[in-house]
Amino acid sequence: MRLITHNMLSCNIKGVTNGFPLRIEAGNVIEKEVDFNPDFIRHMFAKLEWKALVEGARSMGYAELPEDSPDAAVLESDESFLKKLHHALLELHLEEGALVCPKTGRKFPVNKGIPNMLLHEDEV
Amino acid sequence: MANRPELLAPPEIFYDETEARKYTSSSRIVDIQAKLSERALELLALPEDGVPRFLLDIGCGSGLSGETISENGHHWLGLDISASMLNVAVEREVEGDLLLGDMGQGLGLRPGVIDGAISISAVQWLCNADKSSHEPRLRLKAFFGSLYRCLSRGARAVFQVYPENIKQRELILRQALQAGFGGGLVVDYPHSTKKRKEFLVLTCGSVQTSIQTGKNEHDEGCSEDDSSEDEESGMVSMSDRNRPKKRQKPNKEGKSREWMLRKKEQSRRKGNDVPADSKYTGRKRKSRF
Repeated sequence: MRLITHNMLSCNIKGVTNGFPLRIEAGNVIEKEVDFNPDFIRHMFAKLEWKALVEGARSMGYAELPEDSPDAAVLESDESFLKKLHHALLELHLEEGALVCPKTGRKFPVNKGIPNMLLHEDEV
Repeated sequence: MANRPELLAPPEIFYDETEARKYTSSSRIVDIQAKLSERALELLALPEDGVPRFLLDIGCGSGLSGETISENGHHWLGLDISASMLNVAVEREVEGDLLLGDMGQGLGLRPGVIDGAISISAVQWLCNADKSSHEPRLRLKAFFGSLYRCLSRGARAVFQVYPENIKQRELILRQALQAGFGGGLVVDYPHSTKKRKEFLVLTCGSVQTSIQTGKNEHDEGCSEDDSSEDEESGMVSMSDRNRPKKRQKPNKEGKSREWMLRKKEQSRRKGNDVPADSKYTGRKRKSRF
């Protein structure tokens, strides 16, 4: 699972109003190279929750992202920033670990890169 | 496949390791899935500006449809309930992220993050109650509601479905409309039993676009303003029936027995348990009540 997905996932348990973001417990993180496309990164930037991304990246061992969400000018001109964002979003894979609901503490295990988001009968 | 898979077992059990491998190694199935996925992507009508989008593949299985998405240059997130199918996807090193999850439990995605969603041969599984605790209508509601929320404005969802019968198709359509979607059904090759394929194209947001016409035997179609093809191709368009009506004055006459009988009949048609009508229905009660 990559951070681009983690930034969109929220806990779906009944009664949990704001289950975002899920805390990452990183067991095994690997890096896989992906072609860099600045247009895609710019397109996705508007949808990201910046704080959650920075936190998530740090849990996966990547601390190069700035704390504060950069403004439009940086996005247009600064290619090195775009490359860092690309690396964080698309090239870091959580292979083993868990995602933890911020409200209930329920763990969603991650195996072979696939988070198990299946809810139990009483959580629906 | 003489029997429909949905009648044999729930998807996470039907698509076990053997079936998953069989499914993915059948060249016929691979070919069909690729064609269906290409068509679904076409119907998504993504802007042709060369910018890759982030799509959702619902019921992605072993990643056959996902591969088509990657080949078209987009990134994607796949959801499936069968761990065996997802394992095959991992083995094939698909480029999208995979989630093990049940679409009937809701998608759990933040609002407005998805640029488009496709689903190939998956949504009809929602109509079966595989566990005693399942109520298909509630699952469809959870699915369409969460899907509507996570799509960005103007985004579309395209589902290729094999509905078992008219009732099932109507159930799916009704739930989609209730969730706020607009859209229509596109039918390719409507007169050929073998080639006939149905695509449910759902739109959300206020963008008004035209839905493509389906293909007919001469492989025409897909033109946005070709309405003379209507007889050959099947296009049914639906819009949200719940348009806000002008505020009506409250009925001063009260609720008569006739009204009550009508409402009970309506409820029965929906499938609810309604007590039988008798001479006591709508009878004036003593002032005590």
